[in-house]
Amino acid sequence: MSKAIELPELGATGLLRYSWRQLTSMRTALILLLMLGVAAIPGSVIPQRDQNPMKVSEYFTNSPTLSLWMDRFSLFDVYGSPWFSAIYILLFISLIGCVLPRSVEHFHAARALPPKTPKNLDRMEFYTTWESQGGEMEIAHTLLRSSRFRILQENNSISAEKGFTRETGNLFFHLSLVLILIGVGLGSLFGMRGYAIVNVGERFINVPTTYDSLTFGKLLSEKDLPPFVITVDNFVAKYNTFTNAPEDYTLDVSVVESPGAQPVKRTVKVNSPLRFGSTNVYLQANGYSPIVTVRDSAGNVALQGPVPFLPQDGNLKSIGAIKVPDADPQIGFVATFLPTQARDSVRGGISVFPEALDPKMLFSIWRGDLGLNTGVPQSVYRIDTSKMERIGLESLKPGESFLYDGGSITFETYVPWVNLQVVRDPGKNYALLGGIVAILGLLASLFTRRRRIWIRISESGKVEVAGLAKNSAPGLEAEIARVVSSLKGEK
Amino acid sequence: MSERWAYISNYSIYSAMAVFTLSFLAHAYETAWAVRAPQSTDSTDGNLAIKTLDYTRTEKASRIATALMILGFVLLFAGVIARGLSAQRVPWGNMYEFSITGALAFTGAYLAALRKYDLRWLGLLVSIAVLLTLGTAIAVLYRPSAPLVPALKSTWLVIHVSAAIISGGVFLLANAISAAYLYLDSMERKGPRTLWAQRLPSLEVLDQLSYRLVAFVFPLWTFAVIAGAIWAESAWGRYWGWDPKETWAFITWVAYAAYLHARVTIGWRGRRAAWLCLFAGSTFLFNYIYVNIYGTGKHTYSGL
Repeated sequence: MSKAIELPELGATGLLRYSWRQLTSMRTALILLLMLGVAAIPGSVIPQRDQNPMKVSEYFTNSPTLSLWMDRFSLFDVYGSPWFSAIYILLFISLIGCVLPRSVEHFHAARALPPKTPKNLDRMEFYTTWESQGGEMEIAHTLLRSSRFRILQENNSISAEKGFTRETGNLFFHLSLVLILIGVGLGSLFGMRGYAIVNVGERFINVPTTYDSLTFGKLLSEKDLPPFVITVDNFVAKYNTFTNAPEDYTLDVSVVESPGAQPVKRTVKVNSPLRFGSTNVYLQANGYSPIVTVRDSAGNVALQGPVPFLPQDGNLKSIGAIKVPDADPQIGFVATFLPTQARDSVRGGISVFPEALDPKMLFSIWRGDLGLNTGVPQSVYRIDTSKMERIGLESLKPGESFLYDGGSITFETYVPWVNLQVVRDPGKNYALLGGIVAILGLLASLFTRRRRIWIRISESGKVEVAGLAKNSAPGLEAEIARVVSSLKGEK
Repeated sequence: MSERWAYISNYSIYSAMAVFTLSFLAHAYETAWAVRAPQSTDSTDGNLAIKTLDYTRTEKASRIATALMILGFVLLFAGVIARGLSAQRVPWGNMYEFSITGALAFTGAYLAALRKYDLRWLGLLVSIAVLLTLGTAIAVLYRPSAPLVPALKSTWLVIHVSAAIISGGVFLLANAISAAYLYLDSMERKGPRTLWAQRLPSLEVLDQLSYRLVAFVFPLWTFAVIAGAIWAESAWGRYWGWDPKETWAFITWVAYAAYLHARVTIGWRGRRAAWLCLFAGSTFLFNYIYVNIYGTGKHTYSGL
């Protein structure tokens, strides 16, 4: 007859309680913390969609199968991936499960009196004893009270305790992390972020259609956009003449905060955005828009206005596409704008300075089908020339025109454009508050020591002093020495 | 005017390197001779082959080494200040400048800790590390002094970068001590310490010291990260974007948080704690070296 091993019945509640204890144990929290650190690594090595969508699509073109598998494991969206979220959600549950009971316990402990003076003080740390001269108790009481010890006075002894701030700070630190998480959560639910390129002289109206790209939080919709209008009056970029690096960007705007309000002149810089309540407008990037006029063979204007070009390097060599869909057949110009033109024997036309000191536009002229009606979204900076034929190649300076077979193009002049980033993040103040509390809590918990000091006058007329430091924190010896010298009447 | 300051800066830093080299030699002499000094002049019992430590012989060398270290610090400080004056801004615009300031912070952390603890045994390691950092800075990372790009023009540059550099200096010092711990620990496992190692503090002291340094500087690192977030909010429109530099700053923070929890709450000591400390410190170094030079993202100010 075989004897089955009898396991104690755990039951559903027992299992739950067991898992909860495991999850809220310090060891689990530590493992989760380290896992969070390790899980953050891939996102710093592999390009992320949020930051660098171009690089991600490069991955997909270069190795489609691998990229597909990487994408299945959310390796291009690490910080929003299920596995990353799982780790931090478990970590925060573990943290809350650990901190809340401790908070309750600490709340009670902080209101309780220190424990009674132990019988055998000589077993404690830094034990000192000497013959009483009288009056030690009174001195000790005043001294400890003025150093803000909590005191329990018994017949012939004092038990004093200090350093509750340590645990208070520790708890506040952990709770503040929860506050930061709430702030981040609010930001992603009720926030929005959009980008728009605006030419100098033009207006930006805060409605969805004026944005080049726009994303809303899950609980925010288009109608929540505040109705402001920004007119870009002027933009000045200053560059260092030796290094060509930018030194200053200044954007002057007129702002109408709500319909009917008076326009207000404001200045935007890289480190000082426009702020409207919880919405901010940032100066994100800049470039040039050549202003061109394209005419058909009869001299009718087919296209006129500024066309934003995309900068390719630090000297703002920019590429762009001038598309004339109304011409028949359609015309397109694949163009490069050089703010300060020069020729390089290898690379051809280059720009040698980012400011427009000697601007030139190089372009090739294409005729045929621009492919705008295929339904496939097209880049505004590029032309799909697969159904077109090249009919010319030219370069123009501002004010110059070129006649080609079927029409003409005039490079009138150019204006700078700015890329505005509009951000709404209602959670950031909670995150900031959490950050401040976190630092204060850390300071309190790392730099205060919890310790007890006892003083007793024994029946034989001896003064006894001893102490106890939690976590064997340093400094108690010196503190007790000070107490002893005060009690002895030494100054 | 600015060019003259740039020259002054370069010469101060070259001089600092020369002085650190002398300090290194003095430390090496001291380390060697403290061991080789014969036991005592009393030679009556005949067998004097036993070598022991005798500090009295090398006390002077030790003092000279520390004095040179202080002089090097002062020269380096002058070099960093002059670099700032030449560009009329804080000297934290590219990786050359981060490196010379980092070396300054590291030396400063060592000298400050020296006031409280007898760390002269670490001087040899500190002077080598500083020489290597400055050497790399001059040979590889040097860039002419130039104004800041607009994104860096902010008061937060001073606050965020100084906090990060000081934290880095202290983290590296804690790393050096943890490394010393691990080395001595494995030596003690094989038998008694060799002679030159006897002057180094006990394992307990090293263990405590690296913990104290980390506990002291962890709030500052937290502050550096939060200050960076506040700055990022006003410069880039988001306070946190998982930019590679931010990610690694976060990893470093998590690693040190784990270290502090492991020590304080679970009671890790010794080898395990030292390894965790080294791991955390290496995430900081990785962030500084790899992300600055090879990384992408918004923190690409190395000028390389």
